[in-house]
Amino acid sequence: MTENVIDRWSPAPDPAAGEAVTAARDGAAIVMAGLSKRYGDVTALDGVDLVVPPGAVCGLLGPNGAGKTTAVRILSTLTRPDSGTALVGGIDVTRDPDEVRRRIGVTGQRTTVDDILTGRENLETWGRLYHIGVRTARRRADELLEQFGLADAATRMVRQYSGGMRRRLDLAVGFLLRPQVLFLDEPTTALDPHSRNEVWQVVASMAAQGTTVLLTTQYLEEADRLASQIAVLDHGRMIAQGTPDELKSRIGGHRIDVVLGGDGAVARTARGLARVVGAEPEVDAAASRISVPVRDQVTTLHDVMRWLHDNEVEVEDVAVRRPTLDDVFLSVTGHGADVGRAAA
Amino acid sequence: MTATTMITVPPRPTNPLDRLRWALTDGWVVGRTNLFHWRRNPGLITQCLMYPVMTVVFGFVFGSAMVVAGGGSYREFLMPGLFGQTMMFGIITTMMVTSSATAKGMTDRFRTMPMAQTGVALGRCVADLVTSVFELIILVVCALLVGWRFHHGLGPALGALGLLLLFRFALVWAGIFFGLILPVEAVGAGYVPLLPLTMLANTFVSPTQMPPWLGAIAEWNPVSATVAACRELFGNPGVVGDSWAAQHAMLLAFAWPAVIMLVFVPLSIRRYRNLER
Ligand SMILES: Nc1ncnc2c1ncn2[C@@H]1O[C@H](COP(=O)(O)OP(=O)(O)OP(=O)(O)O)[C@@H](O)[C@H]1O
Ligand SMILES: [Mg+2]
Repeated sequence: MTENVIDRWSPAPDPAAGEAVTAARDGAAIVMAGLSKRYGDVTALDGVDLVVPPGAVCGLLGPNGAGKTTAVRILSTLTRPDSGTALVGGIDVTRDPDEVRRRIGVTGQRTTVDDILTGRENLETWGRLYHIGVRTARRRADELLEQFGLADAATRMVRQYSGGMRRRLDLAVGFLLRPQVLFLDEPTTALDPHSRNEVWQVVASMAAQGTTVLLTTQYLEEADRLASQIAVLDHGRMIAQGTPDELKSRIGGHRIDVVLGGDGAVARTARGLARVVGAEPEVDAAASRISVPVRDQVTTLHDVMRWLHDNEVEVEDVAVRRPTLDDVFLSVTGHGADVGRAAA
Repeated sequence: MTATTMITVPPRPTNPLDRLRWALTDGWVVGRTNLFHWRRNPGLITQCLMYPVMTVVFGFVFGSAMVVAGGGSYREFLMPGLFGQTMMFGIITTMMVTSSATAKGMTDRFRTMPMAQTGVALGRCVADLVTSVFELIILVVCALLVGWRFHHGLGPALGALGLLLLFRFALVWAGIFFGLILPVEAVGAGYVPLLPLTMLANTFVSPTQMPPWLGAIAEWNPVSATVAACRELFGNPGVVGDSWAAQHAMLLAFAWPAVIMLVFVPLSIRRYRNLER
């Protein structure tokens, strides 16, 4: 897999901080330049560079502990970096946090709406804390309840909301200002597929109103669905950046997972399938699983099945699936996201 | 895609008067959401008052068997002590709410807002002081029912309640600080150090009846100053002792809260600004 590394997907060359700052002058919404943060022995961020143009949706992708929340905390003025520069809307977050706070919205990893208040009261309260005036806060609350599909639940206590409704309300609070930049930390974690879909729609509608969005996620599918730009974090380092299409062409589209039954000649089958699809499959010998990248879903599946049949390979299971964060890591670093964690 | 039509947030004011107004507005907005909790969950009030109301009843039952230094009825002596103890226990509520709001990420969300740095703390003050006013009203009513009286008229009596609230106000800031540094579980165990602290005072027994070294500590306990000053203002018995602390209870009832605030207002604001996960 390592021999066909495409250059733009190798770890990005360190752009000098100066270059990144110039980009900000050109109007970038978010700039991180050489950003580092340590917690004791743990390096949460290690010289991260990222530039997000205005109006873009940037997906910050990474496994547990990659440093996603740390990046969001620094950008949203909650934590000071040890070194490096962070600009939001061209403003330095450490030098002028107040100015940054006037133009951002933040929805953290955990929902922070008040259970005892109604949906409308929650929105109004946060609106008033922005000092936009009671009347504007009320008007905005009504607009958002409508926009986020919560109008019917407006006067109910949040305690009675479903997980998905609660998340949407939390996102609505982040979007109160229709802010210049919106930070969303794992907006769909712990949601069922239906609620996840609703949240995706809401995020897309916020982006459509011109807000720049930085969202963190552990799901490639989510970043692919929402983001115009993806950055992959691992151990506090940016290991890949680009558009979703670039990322996908790097890792291939769907996968066909073949699980062999019986004694299963894994190595021989993997070699055979490599010739069939013209790409190197990933092999998990312990689980007798071979994962084949797919070019064209239908013909490749057909070719794989025929080869397996012709060679009388005993097959336990065959499945077509979307690529995951693990596949990204395998293709970029040569190890899976979890493997990397364990080896750290 | 259109350019963002962001709602403009006014810049944080620079002149001190506007800054104060800004902070008070934040405090009121944050505080009033806490008051909704009391309104929608009256069970909370009952929970809070169970202990002090029970003690009032115990005081009524055992009161006749106790001797007050300098003479007088034990029930009359006890009530101001209970008021003071209730104010002191209030710090647990402050710590609890602060700590759990922090654990839930609520404090962090406040910190991303263009609010005054004191806004959230002032909100706590509003909520906790309103709660304390209710607590005191209920306690005073209970005390009157079991035979406690104030003897110097309404003015001094209200002054005494004011001193109790001043003490509580100072403790809110200490509570915020500890709530910001301690995890919720540690706060839940807060009664363990607090209970002896409220006893090692003039609340239940006059320090003159304690061994001298214990009595000295008890007389210098901040809650003792407030309680002794209240006894004076209510005209209740037990205002005795010839140590400097006992002689200047009224002064100390102002000085202690001032000292507590001098220490904990800056500490809690700094902690709020630099909060880490
Ligand atoms: N306050 C802290 N004290 C000590 N270590 C911390 C602190 N905050 C974060 N870390 C560590 O820094 C690293 C990065 O954490 P971070 O929360 O940014 O990761 P993440 O990508 O958001 O992970 P997750 O997907 O689990 O939310 C982790 O190893 C974490 O344990
Ligand atoms: Mg995180």
